[in-house]
Amino acid sequence: MTAMRKIIILGATSGIALGVQRLLARLGCELLLVARSPERLADLQSDLSVRGAPQVLTYCADMASIQQHAAIFEFAQTTFSDFDTVLLAYGSMHDQKDSETSVDTLLEELQVNFVSAAAILTLFAADLERRRTGCLAAITSVAGDRGRRSNYVYGSSKGALSLFLQGLRSRLHPAGVRVITIKPGPVQTPMTDHLPNFARFAEPEQVARDIVSALERRSPDVLYTPKVWRYIMTAVQQIPETIFKRLSF
Amino acid sequence: MSGQSAASLRKKPAAAPPTERILSWGRYPKTAHHHVHKPAWNDQVPEILRSASPGALLPYGLGRSYGDSCLNDGRELIDCRRLNRILGFDESTGMLRCESGVSLSDILDVFLPKGWFLPVTPGTRFVTVGGAIANDVHGKNHHCAGTFGAYVRQIGLHRSNDGLVICNSRDNPDMLRATIGGLGLTGVIAWADIQLKRVAGPWIDSESIPFESLNTFLDLSRESNDRFEYTVAWLDCFAGRKPRGIFFRGNHSADPGKEFRAERGLKLPFALPGWVLNRYAVRAFNSAYYRIRSTRKGAAVDPYDSFFYPLDSIRQWNLLYGKQGFLQYQCVIPETNVEAVEELLDRVARSGMGSFLGVLKQFGSAPSAGMLSFPRPGVTLALDFAMRGERTLRLMQSLDEVVQHSGGALYPAKDARMSPVLFEASFPRWRGFVPYIDPKMSSSFWRRVTGAQ
Repeated sequence: MTAMRKIIILGATSGIALGVQRLLARLGCELLLVARSPERLADLQSDLSVRGAPQVLTYCADMASIQQHAAIFEFAQTTFSDFDTVLLAYGSMHDQKDSETSVDTLLEELQVNFVSAAAILTLFAADLERRRTGCLAAITSVAGDRGRRSNYVYGSSKGALSLFLQGLRSRLHPAGVRVITIKPGPVQTPMTDHLPNFARFAEPEQVARDIVSALERRSPDVLYTPKVWRYIMTAVQQIPETIFKRLSF
Repeated sequence: MSGQSAASLRKKPAAAPPTERILSWGRYPKTAHHHVHKPAWNDQVPEILRSASPGALLPYGLGRSYGDSCLNDGRELIDCRRLNRILGFDESTGMLRCESGVSLSDILDVFLPKGWFLPVTPGTRFVTVGGAIANDVHGKNHHCAGTFGAYVRQIGLHRSNDGLVICNSRDNPDMLRATIGGLGLTGVIAWADIQLKRVAGPWIDSESIPFESLNTFLDLSRESNDRFEYTVAWLDCFAGRKPRGIFFRGNHSADPGKEFRAERGLKLPFALPGWVLNRYAVRAFNSAYYRIRSTRKGAAVDPYDSFFYPLDSIRQWNLLYGKQGFLQYQCVIPETNVEAVEELLDRVARSGMGSFLGVLKQFGSAPSAGMLSFPRPGVTLALDFAMRGERTLRLMQSLDEVVQHSGGALYPAKDARMSPVLFEASFPRWRGFVPYIDPKMSSSFWRRVTGAQ
């Protein structure tokens, strides 16, 4: 497998992506950043260039809008050819209560976190499979490991993405393309600022370090970050449904 | 993603009790805030300013101010730490543009390998650029370089009424002078242009010299100030009226040497019980430190981080002082009344509440860049006191008398208790600063010393 040199970040302004990009810049990686806001992309471009990235390209697009995917993919192929890694880092977390009362909100959450993610990954998967190289990584969540009363809409959208990645990994394995499922626990980012601190929230820098080290090494296929969440979720998955359905967390 | 702007702007109803417990470095006073805004991008700041009530807000960085100048008890803070991007750097001139939440530590990590250093650095690298400007911080090179504010060429300032205001020596020069040393009250700094300085490498040619009286310290300062870019003295405060200490001086090494990575060191995981740092322990520490350093006197080549930031090697060292926290007392005494320093040390020694750390430094004569800047010609003395309630506060009041009588001043960034009278004496022109305060900004400190609402 080729070393990680040219990386596409989908959702470059998300809290976790910001930390990952800094580390990649310091390692001297070339970056293609995709996000909605041209102003924010411009700020990131200067920041990451000064911090050591030899090339930072930006592309302005709304990842939730599948109509824009073909153009993103084409831009990557023409101006950032031979990219070796794609990191999908965008996501949305509405207040669960809003999704319970509004089908529109529910569908938007599923659209952003799962439908659009599966769509764009399919485009990049075909390309890497043909080139028989590279790595696809996507940030899902520990919330996707079990449906909880307070967060099952977000959880199911991320859980669906985890399942999708699991199948994709198996499909791309013969071609030598890596697929990494990244499952962070709660992280201190703008997406989670409104949540009550029910557990210790991780620093985005720590999560970023774990992600970059997973991108650099050949393992693991499924990254829990911080690591303790692998054990927590193993335990949570053992709780029988008759008990679990009574838990309000 | 789509939820983030709404979430970061969400406010709790004002009727609910404030619950956001944010502490300053001294962990005194204990305060609670209604909400802490955490903008991740400069484009989110105008909406935070717009929707706030008058006096509701104060920008917050890494919380290294010791007292209440970075707090806004019962109101709101804007945590600027996510505004931490480098927006541009000119390799030929060393001019840096960065957002206000970038830390000095980050600047050193990125630019020292390229041969650039901070023009002025305080005793910790864990402060933000916004905080360094708002307190117009000084360092060991004050006698020849002045304050941090002298290297701030331009600021983009979010104001609640006027949008983004560009301040430099040509446009809005008064707003620039108000914002430097302005304690965060003039608005939220979006970005600043800072002039870095060229260095050969990360090493410092240093010397340490023991001294046993204030006059020896002054002689050492005077004879060193021309030849050494950095000078500072550590003081054993238990020695009473005849202070002894170690004088440190240094220059950037002309030899680039080998590169090294700054170590992150130990971290104190929790607050020690308050009695651990008792007077006997502190006295023993001071005495031992003096003996060890006096036997190792002489010249050395030090890595920059142990020369500038010895305390950063123990992260969260403020927890040494226990749950009650501690107070720092930093004053400046005019050189004509320098015997007041001896009187201060004498009162400290007689109180038996010795300071773990005493620092002495002769300021230079360059006028500071800000309207409310603290540094001015004279000798500055900084002392730490564990918070032991009334008697600690009484000791500090008795020190206040000496400072005020000598025509000195106290440093707001270190203060949690000075009286309005002493503030007035320290900053007689503070009323001239008032028109530059953003109507949406206030702080615990400002309300305490000026009676503002």
